[in-house]
Amino acid sequence: MRNYHDMGGLPAGTVVPSEHDYALWEKRVDAMQMLLKDKQLLSTDEMRRNIESLGADVYEKLTYYERWCAAITNTLVQRGVITIDELARKMVEVQAREGGLKP
Amino acid sequence: MSGDHHDHDHDHGHDHAHDHARTFRPDQDDTITHYRAMEIAVRELLIEKGIITPDGVRRAIEFMDGRNPEYGAKMVARAWVDPEYKKRMLADGSAAAAELGIDVGLLKLVVVENTDRLHNMIVCTLCSCYPRNLLGLPPDWYKSRNYRSRAVNEPRAVLREFGTTIPDDVEVRVHDSTADMRYLVLPRRPAGTERLDEAALAKLATRDSMIGVALADTP
Repeated sequence: MRNYHDMGGLPAGTVVPSEHDYALWEKRVDAMQMLLKDKQLLSTDEMRRNIESLGADVYEKLTYYERWCAAITNTLVQRGVITIDELARKMVEVQAREGGLKP
Repeated sequence: MSGDHHDHDHDHGHDHAHDHARTFRPDQDDTITHYRAMEIAVRELLIEKGIITPDGVRRAIEFMDGRNPEYGAKMVARAWVDPEYKKRMLADGSAAAAELGIDVGLLKLVVVENTDRLHNMIVCTLCSCYPRNLLGLPPDWYKSRNYRSRAVNEPRAVLREFGTTIPDDVEVRVHDSTADMRYLVLPRRPAGTERLDEAALAKLATRDSMIGVALADTP
């Protein structure tokens, strides 16, 4: 069965030559990916598997580096490098410090 | 643009000439969303655990920012002036990059040559594989559903959307990248460039010509 990321040859719209200057937070996600690969705590195949198992809705809704961020985080939890509890506590701390979530 | 980002651009001192033609858009660091909070949280946990360091993150970003299409263009210009180099590049792209002091890591780099009978273009239908060590980070459109879906079955229509018309008697060949293999297009050397030196030629090898959605610039 064709998975949602496997889109070669499917009908789609006009290619809009869009680009943006990557935000610092996006580059930090990419940097984490590079550093974790160097430390052998993340493989390309794990990244792919975790992106390809986000589910079609999430995959479509997230931006590119949001998908990467989710996949890196899921890999680290799966490997036991960080725990869900640690992550949840830290997220609360970060959100409180940064002034809460904004739309 | 945030203060951090601004300072950063000044710190590392790489040549950003390739960026000047574009308008800088504001970045997104001033709003905290779920995933931006997650990035901060995961990074801080990894730092607390001693797995990564702030300095390591900074250096990785500098490496990334230092990569731009001038690396690919250097290979292309050398191939245009040196037939022996071109042969080596088409035989082993990774080794040819290393020969010019360009590190492409462990990935296999395959260079495909455009001729008067053949036009090549590259895509990654499954995700975003791209020769980033030679061209920098990929543009958004390269990662878009529309490009990934249509590049493989209606490449001529996609090329026209980039303003590139390939004559019907020229074959169009699309290369789908994989996690272990990256492609780079060697565009045709433009006419009227016989007197140009290698540095001047390199300026004609644009990013899009090395992805294969455009031809090289003319002088």
